[in-house]
Amino acid sequence: MSILVDRDTRLIVQGITGREGLFHAMGCRDYGTQVVGGVTPGKGGSTVEGFPVWDSVRKARDAADCNATLIFVPPPFAADAIMEAADAGVELIVCITEGIPVGDMVKVKTFLASRNSRLLGPNCPGLITPGEAKVGIMPGHIHASGNVGVISRSGTLTYEAVWQLTNEGLGQTTCVGIGGDPINGTSFIDVLSLFAADEKTEAIVLIGEIGGTAEEEAAAWIRRHLDIPVVGFIAGATAPPGRRMGHAGAIVAGGKGTAAEKKAALEAAGVLVVDSPAEMGARVAAALAS
Amino acid sequence: MKIHEFQAKELLRGFGAKVPQGEVISDPAKAAEICRDYGGRCVVKAQIHAGGRGKGGGVKLASSPDEAERLAGEILGMQLVTHQTGPEGQQVRKVLIEEALEIEQELYLGVTLDRAAERPVLMASRSGGMDIEEVARTDPDAILRELIDPQLGVLPFQCRRVASGLGYSGGTARQIQAAIASVVAAYLETDASLVEINPLMVDSLGDVYTLDAKMNFDDNAMFRRREIAELRDVHEENPLEVEASKHGISYIKLDGNIGCMVNGAGLAMATMDIIKLYGAEPANFLDVGGSASQEAVESAFRIILSDASVKAVLINIFGGIARTDRIARGVVAAIDELAAADTPVEVPVVVRLEGTNVEEGREVLERADFDFIVAGGMADAAEQAVAALETQTMGA
Repeated sequence: MSILVDRDTRLIVQGITGREGLFHAMGCRDYGTQVVGGVTPGKGGSTVEGFPVWDSVRKARDAADCNATLIFVPPPFAADAIMEAADAGVELIVCITEGIPVGDMVKVKTFLASRNSRLLGPNCPGLITPGEAKVGIMPGHIHASGNVGVISRSGTLTYEAVWQLTNEGLGQTTCVGIGGDPINGTSFIDVLSLFAADEKTEAIVLIGEIGGTAEEEAAAWIRRHLDIPVVGFIAGATAPPGRRMGHAGAIVAGGKGTAAEKKAALEAAGVLVVDSPAEMGARVAAALAS
Repeated sequence: MKIHEFQAKELLRGFGAKVPQGEVISDPAKAAEICRDYGGRCVVKAQIHAGGRGKGGGVKLASSPDEAERLAGEILGMQLVTHQTGPEGQQVRKVLIEEALEIEQELYLGVTLDRAAERPVLMASRSGGMDIEEVARTDPDAILRELIDPQLGVLPFQCRRVASGLGYSGGTARQIQAAIASVVAAYLETDASLVEINPLMVDSLGDVYTLDAKMNFDDNAMFRRREIAELRDVHEENPLEVEASKHGISYIKLDGNIGCMVNGAGLAMATMDIIKLYGAEPANFLDVGGSASQEAVESAFRIILSDASVKAVLINIFGGIARTDRIARGVVAAIDELAAADTPVEVPVVVRLEGTNVEEGREVLERADFDFIVAGGMADAAEQAVAALETQTMGA
């Protein structure tokens, strides 16, 4: 089993004629994902690298029955691309774009509230079910199929965790990057509840970072609902307050959102929080062995 | 992005806020005449981006035009130290000369993003003049909160509820409602991330003024807010951070000795954390970008090494889509370029590469003329960097 994406995922790429969009459309296809085509307004009817291109998401959905979309549209137009996909009824919308104005995301969330689509991201690496489908920009080959679920607000730090797991001989059910922006489509809790319902997932790695209260909310949920081991790491213990650490959402504001608070909340919920990012994989191995 | 108080007041005035008369000067000789215009009394306020200016001696009351000129002369050019500037302080280049008003009551008004609610939130309290974080800690019930609908803005009944909650009625309440409408409109229509009027002042006649104002903006929205982007004052920013942003590198200077170069913000924070865990302090946060191209690595080296306190560099790169051997070649080429430009790298460089083609990547580093310290995992990298730092400081 897995969550959100699998062999039946039929993916389109919004922004497929752009450099990034095309590169990663090919990367997902090479991994084995069914990439059924893409959308670029004004370029409908053409093909790139064997992918049919449509002018709108609705046309793509009518023609190719896609159930997922991967968005590489530049920041000024990305919010519109998300809402277009939701309006067309695409079930899973994954937005890679970094730098969408917060004000746009506030409006996107209001729009999505009355639609049935799930948004993952923005500013995220996407998600992957090893051996089945890659819907994102992560290097597929570092993953292996197995029983550990991975959730993270980061990109390369997630690859680091996955690499450690794979080197420990621990494969993954699905690895999900929820993104580093202050407002995102899918929360830790959303993904945790999907993993909780997935029979194959036997342990979870949760990678948080400073800023906001998503980790604290996840901790409260874990305490009530989860009985499989969760290994956690919070990046940014050494970050100075009031400064944005690369990610728009990674900021300690007004003394809130510190790594120490998040660590304490997770530990109180029974999460095995490691201080060293080098020990994520080993800690999962130890938890599963005991 | 931050702006100055006088710029925030000017913007808020455009959204209907009542702001005291004031003028910005950088020549103290002009202070006396402005003060005379305001009836011989005025306030001289240092314009720097950091908060806590009053406590640091950057805000003074003048009771005569001569005193205004003297105070402006003292404040202009001073290194103003506040709890937000760091010990070196910030140089004052401009002062705001403002009419002096009689304060009866100080209130707080602010709008920011409520991340959990995913909407803007208006906050108000009767504890004006204090840090809102301090009020939130000591007396959270004293803060009135109203969530704002992003499409509708603040609604009249919400404004009435807040004004009444602050204890006002009649004409003063109506002025407070207008002030609320102006901060919310300013927030929504400029892509602000924070708008604060602190204090919002009520005088003895019951009139309401924006006595101090602060606005921060969402950097990601500045492409559509040219008029706001032009208000940026780079003098107020760290020159290295400004330089880094020109190269698309995310850099934040810190106080330690180990310079960090990492791809990805999360991994960059984790690298800082592990350095600390091994007993040293990171000199910076630096995200060189996902692909860690040769140009980016070269610029990153220049930026890290222009910080004199850097005694060792740790490069931690997870080669995902970009192969590690190519990244390694980029690092070597960057080092060669810097040597050719007569700015050679003279501190130990620990490199930890992981990911696709990692063996070839390490070989490239081993074969290079430069003496890299090649590390295995993140823990090994941190340990080696701290050891290299100790050798450096002992040698010094």
